[in-house]
Amino acid sequence: MSIPRQPMPEQDPLERRANFFEVAQGFTPEMAKQEAERCLQCKDTPCVQGCPVEVPIAEFILALRSGDVQEAARIIKSKNNLPAVCGRVCPQESQCELVCTLGKRHEPVAVGRLERYVADWELGQGGELPEQPEPTGRKVAVIGAGPAGLTCAADLAKMGHQVEVFESLHAPGGVLIYGIPEFRLPKEVVRAEVDYVCKLGVEIHLNSVVGKLYTIDELLNSKGFDAAFLGTGAGLPIFMRIPGVNLIGVYSANEFLTRTNLMKGYLFPEYDTPVLVGDKVAVIGAGNVAMDAARCALRIGTLQSAERGEDPPEVHIVYRRSRQEVPAREEEVHHAEQEGIIFDFLTNPVEVLGNDKKQVAGMRCIRMELGEPDASGRRRPIPIEGSEFDMDVDTVVMALGTQPNPLVFADSGGLERTQWGTVRADEETGQTTKGRVWAGGDIVTGAATVISAMGAGKQAAANIDRFLRSDGKDAGE
Amino acid sequence: MYSILKKEVLSEVNKLMVLEAPEVARKAKAGQFVIVRIDENGERIPLTIADFDRQEGTVTIIFQEVGKSTMKLGTLGAGAAVSDLVGPLGNATEIEDYGTVLCVGGGVGIAPVYPIARALKEAGNTVLGIMGARTCDLLFWEEKMRSVCDELIVCTDDGTYGRMALVTQPMQEILSARDDVSRVWAIGPAIMMKFCVRTAEPFEVPVIVSLNSIMVDGTGMCGACRVLVGGETKFVCVDGPEFDGRFVDWDLLLARQRIYLTEEKQAKEEWLEEHTCRAVER
Repeated sequence: MSIPRQPMPEQDPLERRANFFEVAQGFTPEMAKQEAERCLQCKDTPCVQGCPVEVPIAEFILALRSGDVQEAARIIKSKNNLPAVCGRVCPQESQCELVCTLGKRHEPVAVGRLERYVADWELGQGGELPEQPEPTGRKVAVIGAGPAGLTCAADLAKMGHQVEVFESLHAPGGVLIYGIPEFRLPKEVVRAEVDYVCKLGVEIHLNSVVGKLYTIDELLNSKGFDAAFLGTGAGLPIFMRIPGVNLIGVYSANEFLTRTNLMKGYLFPEYDTPVLVGDKVAVIGAGNVAMDAARCALRIGTLQSAERGEDPPEVHIVYRRSRQEVPAREEEVHHAEQEGIIFDFLTNPVEVLGNDKKQVAGMRCIRMELGEPDASGRRRPIPIEGSEFDMDVDTVVMALGTQPNPLVFADSGGLERTQWGTVRADEETGQTTKGRVWAGGDIVTGAATVISAMGAGKQAAANIDRFLRSDGKDAGE
Repeated sequence: MYSILKKEVLSEVNKLMVLEAPEVARKAKAGQFVIVRIDENGERIPLTIADFDRQEGTVTIIFQEVGKSTMKLGTLGAGAAVSDLVGPLGNATEIEDYGTVLCVGGGVGIAPVYPIARALKEAGNTVLGIMGARTCDLLFWEEKMRSVCDELIVCTDDGTYGRMALVTQPMQEILSARDDVSRVWAIGPAIMMKFCVRTAEPFEVPVIVSLNSIMVDGTGMCGACRVLVGGETKFVCVDGPEFDGRFVDWDLLLARQRIYLTEEKQAKEEWLEEHTCRAVER
């Protein structure tokens, strides 16, 4: 007799199109227990290897099963400093749940949902702190309070080092706070997770742009830090090189999401930053960011049009490849489809058309077909000659990916970069070509996932710790 | 929180504030700006650095009350504080000994022009200054400008102070009368900068302008501030804020400044309704 995978209670799609409340509502204790029972407690536990931060998954599930949620939390936190975040946003389907032994014959154990359950429970309790370590007297500067930086900082603090984080925005979290929407990751959860990191002794300096307020060299020298970790992510937006990208109504996904999530534009005028969505929105791209932008546009447009007694907007995802190649997390695509987002596959914009007021009046697109795989392994999209057509849109959001923001490197030499602007860093250790500087997350890999950034933060923390304890004789120089 | 140490009312709509921001003051240079957020619900707005004191650890801003955020900011006084202040942002003015330079400040643009003129003077330039505003009340810092300019012309559109002229008139005269002006700075409302560039055109001299696009983060991550300069997309916050005005697509800048006009108007009206002194109405 096998227990089926517990479905996650979710807000109804038609209802949730008009609000920013969390879509996935979380397991009840009964559901969590049922789901935990499904785990075979197999010997090999491939799930642990499947996890970029090696959460002892089978172990925490066992503790959960026996009713000791606190112990389950302790086990998770031994490896993962932000479990309430990861349980919600990790692409488990390509990580732990992909290799789950149960998954060979049945649906895999819902590891992510269980992690979320435990993490949320713990946040509700106020959270336990690990034992205070012996201070080492060494100081590390972490640049960027996103997933990589927060993880690196938390781990270093747990090892006894003094950590100060320099964040350029007015709130910590990085993509967790400006990129991922409220309905996927409530900001209250992010705040609580960040609070935990601060309780470990990490000091976060907000409104501190490294490259402007301080340089990396200054931090390492005059400011007395023994080492630095670069976790500034990939925050530079990419615009298509087509005519019309500067017209009114064209946004980078970064701007659109920052106005919406960080600045709470969907609550204008209660919050002062506005964000505008017209009647017909086209989001270009099909990654997680594109899904987020499309679903935010739908909600904002629905709320704004309801006030005017008008119909909700039509929101399109315009993607040059097909459904099969869509890189977004499966659950996000599924939720987007449920919410009525229209997917225009094998379509690519060639020009954004404007009116005499420089506003978006439409978008000229071309149909695509798939050829041989390119360097990324995905089939190359090829334009079909003569297939141009005009799409009726008034808002365009470019969600094509992002690159590292070069601001952080100002006046600090020695950091070798690739042609894409990413920092060259050792895959195992996170060491860069600059002495005493490590890097991890999107600044090294280009735009990727929260969990891989966290994994990199962990690795770098371990390596920085080794360096600090060896008095500079070991890694780093 | 960043404390307001001093507040000066320059006119009904222009206010000056000295803010406590020692780290920003330490690094601030002429031409740069800061982003300010008043409180939790506030928007992030860019404001040019009008002055800074590295010893005292302060940064001075001058702003014109044009909408809700600036009006709200204007109600704060010494002892109050703003939630966030980020800086110094943008590229500093390229200060060199150019020989003779002309600095034109229009309206609230006088504020960023002052530290630039000062830095140019310190670098050995002969600094010719023009400062203008619509009317007498909107002028400020004449003494400060005089202290850093070798020659200074003050004008008002309506003649209520100084010479009755738009800044472009003395600009035209100076550039016609002498051939030694190697560089011009013109800072003020976009339309003023556009016309200064047009005025200087026949004289083939670089006209450095400081663009005041809408911004959100101010650090290059969103592109809200993008403009076309020489046909290329540039971000005002990281590629600017100064550009050679001869290559700026002014129509696009002006259009993009008006994206949220309706929302700005709504917010301003709601603010005024809530905060206009009822006594005045009686």
